[in-house]
Amino acid sequence: MKPLDVLIVGAGIVGSSVARECALLGWRVGVVTGGTLAGSSTVAGMGHVVVMDDSPAQLALTAYSQSVWRELVPQLPKVTEYEQCGTIWVAADHDEMAEVQARHEVYARGGLETRVLSASDLAAAEPNLRSGLAGGLLVPADGVIYQPAAAAYFLHQAQQHGAEIFPLRATAAAHGVLRLADGTSLAAPRIVLAVGAECELLPAMQIQRRKGHLVISDRYPGFLRHQLVELGYLKSAHKVAEDSVAFNIQPRQTGQLLIGSSRQYGNSDSEIETAIMQRMIDRALDYMPGLRNVSILRAWTGSRAATPDKLPLIGPAKGLADDDTLWLAAGFEGLGITNAPGAARLLVNAMVGRASAIDATPYLPARLNAGAAVAYA
Amino acid sequence: MSPPSTTDVLVVGAGPAGIAAATAAAEHGRKVIVLDDNRKPGGQIWRDSSVIASPARSASGSRKQRAIDRLQRSGATLLSGHTVFSASASGQLETLRELATGSFAERFRFEQLILATGARERFLPFPGWTLPGVFGVGGLQALVRAGYSVAGKRIIVAGTGPLLLAVAAHLSHDGANVVAVIEQAALSSLIPFAASLWRQPSKLLQGAQYRASLSSASYRTAAWVAEAIPATDGRSLSAVRITDGKRTWTEPCDLLACGYHLVPNTELAELIGCTLQRGFVQVDEQQRTSVPNVFCAGEPTGIAGLEAALLQGEIAGRACAGVATASLRSRANKEQAFARGLARAFALRPELRQLPQPGTIVCRCEDVAFANLQHPSGWADIKLQTRCGMGPCQARVCGPAVEFLLGSKPSSVRQPLYPVPLHALTATTEHAPEPFKVEPESIHKVEETA
Repeated sequence: MKPLDVLIVGAGIVGSSVARECALLGWRVGVVTGGTLAGSSTVAGMGHVVVMDDSPAQLALTAYSQSVWRELVPQLPKVTEYEQCGTIWVAADHDEMAEVQARHEVYARGGLETRVLSASDLAAAEPNLRSGLAGGLLVPADGVIYQPAAAAYFLHQAQQHGAEIFPLRATAAAHGVLRLADGTSLAAPRIVLAVGAECELLPAMQIQRRKGHLVISDRYPGFLRHQLVELGYLKSAHKVAEDSVAFNIQPRQTGQLLIGSSRQYGNSDSEIETAIMQRMIDRALDYMPGLRNVSILRAWTGSRAATPDKLPLIGPAKGLADDDTLWLAAGFEGLGITNAPGAARLLVNAMVGRASAIDATPYLPARLNAGAAVAYA
Repeated sequence: MSPPSTTDVLVVGAGPAGIAAATAAAEHGRKVIVLDDNRKPGGQIWRDSSVIASPARSASGSRKQRAIDRLQRSGATLLSGHTVFSASASGQLETLRELATGSFAERFRFEQLILATGARERFLPFPGWTLPGVFGVGGLQALVRAGYSVAGKRIIVAGTGPLLLAVAAHLSHDGANVVAVIEQAALSSLIPFAASLWRQPSKLLQGAQYRASLSSASYRTAAWVAEAIPATDGRSLSAVRITDGKRTWTEPCDLLACGYHLVPNTELAELIGCTLQRGFVQVDEQQRTSVPNVFCAGEPTGIAGLEAALLQGEIAGRACAGVATASLRSRANKEQAFARGLARAFALRPELRQLPQPGTIVCRCEDVAFANLQHPSGWADIKLQTRCGMGPCQARVCGPAVEFLLGSKPSSVRQPLYPVPLHALTATTEHAPEPFKVEPESIHKVEETA
């Protein structure tokens, strides 16, 4: 067997994207995946491809990655159910409408098209929203995707270009050697940790689990046209001290409605917690009263992989580990699906010493060791 | 959601096991509530019949009536029309009730819980099994009891299990022309089972009565349905192709009732965290599950039929009340031996795994064909990548089929156990008239599989 050029730990959407990019370079790729895709952060989430502007670095990465998705869309198989439905950030009152205007300008400065919706525009766009809302901001380029199928497709492409899958859990990674649960080991000059919220291989990643709840409905085609997010979302998503909920709903290509969202720190089990799920649903019903009779098929939880500064770790592990072979693509919190293809390109460019389309400095893992940023702010 | 109702003993299911359990617990002084999702008690086996005449049926009818009368006298409260969709080991359970004015979630608190959730039919996919005119065996019987007329219809009853002859006899009694009963088990595996019934003459007598009432139908063992053939309009059934593995023949018919014995309803037990053993809820001599204060009786602990359900239910009810159960145990053990005999006699033959063609639908809710199910890493990935089992039936139909075909068992049970309106999952539900109702597109599919 030819020696491996790179080992990738993890086959969620990020690991699969990195495997695909590496395989397309002509590298010999090994993917080490301890379990099935089920139960990973990738499949537990909402599957959105969205531009988020909570920081300039987040905006740059999400916008760049969305452009990579757009480039991939023509080749995505039908089962990935990509749908450019657009996002509407819903403003409940006049204060939030002021926020809409501000964000419209932020997006415009980033060269991104958005449209400010008046109260009547909003009602026409989404008739099932309650009356009395102030308006919203439409981001037409946003989309939703069935992410388990997308991850499987990327991994399949990597395999078609020679990537090999090792269905084993990795127990240690250091200096080009990856130890596996069965006692054997694999070697490669580069090891990429694309491990979602599981940072046992490198605790210095400082990733915390941020638990979320979701429920999905039966099929109601036409009930909802865009992904909707309450504008208060960023406020609640930024709160770290306490559990929070926000109205977030997606129309899936199947006609199903995927309803979220909740955020909890310091809770790593997968139990459904009635109290917070009820708060989440009450929030959704407040915005969309017609949801109350929608038939719900399933409820579940998942873990987001949250870093202290809410930006992912993309690049060499230098600064966190004294190891030149170790690379990271982890800590994507709620934006793993959106950012996976973009992050994979940034990482591969860094590995081969090529320039990237955006400045990759804000995502370098070494920043966590700079001291001040370590506090969860 | 209204404030919870509290009780000493909560029984889920008002079939024979649940009725016996509730009666025993209440007669021994416990406060008992029985929840059942049907409109009337009796479960599947004691489902209401529209016509009463055959000896077997009137006998079971009076027995059912006696059991229900005794339940009423016992002081237990029966709440019909409650579908349990969520529960925890910590003593709380939630139901949904459909009323003319809408659906309402209710919460119950309990000290002890008895799960008597029964069993459902197993369906195995074969070409044509989703055609109109193809039913389950129990499914067709339930339809007939609800008023569907089979008079003059040519019916083939097929699959496996003791239900085939019983249902064929009832259909025949209701005026159907049962042309054939096709049992996949070989006579050689049925004979030891039949022989064992000499020790339980009532069961043998019942079987003989069924057989006698079917004199015109051909009874074939070691044969199975290979295909349901549509009429030229493509919308109805014209015939069934039957095979014994060597020879294949075609039998014209109007309806096919095909079911492969029963699978236990263990979803609620799994949600609560009860340990399963070979697919059944593990219980001790007093019907206790692995979860403290949670008991299980009847089919979920092993497909053993009516007598076992009644005995196990009584044991569980007495155990909840702290009353001795030893006197019932030896009879219950005998019934369990009967269950093991049943399982051996009607074991599924491997040839049935070869029936689905690549295009045969396995998951009706999500339209997943057999060809799409070839996935190396088990049910979780099959489900994720194909949506098999993700529809409204929540894998109750396709799950046991996939398990038999591919050896992959559904891995996780999640709340809600049945589809419920969103408001049922929140605390602020008011008992108010519904403003409007939206119908899911796939409701018709649920009805077809019911």
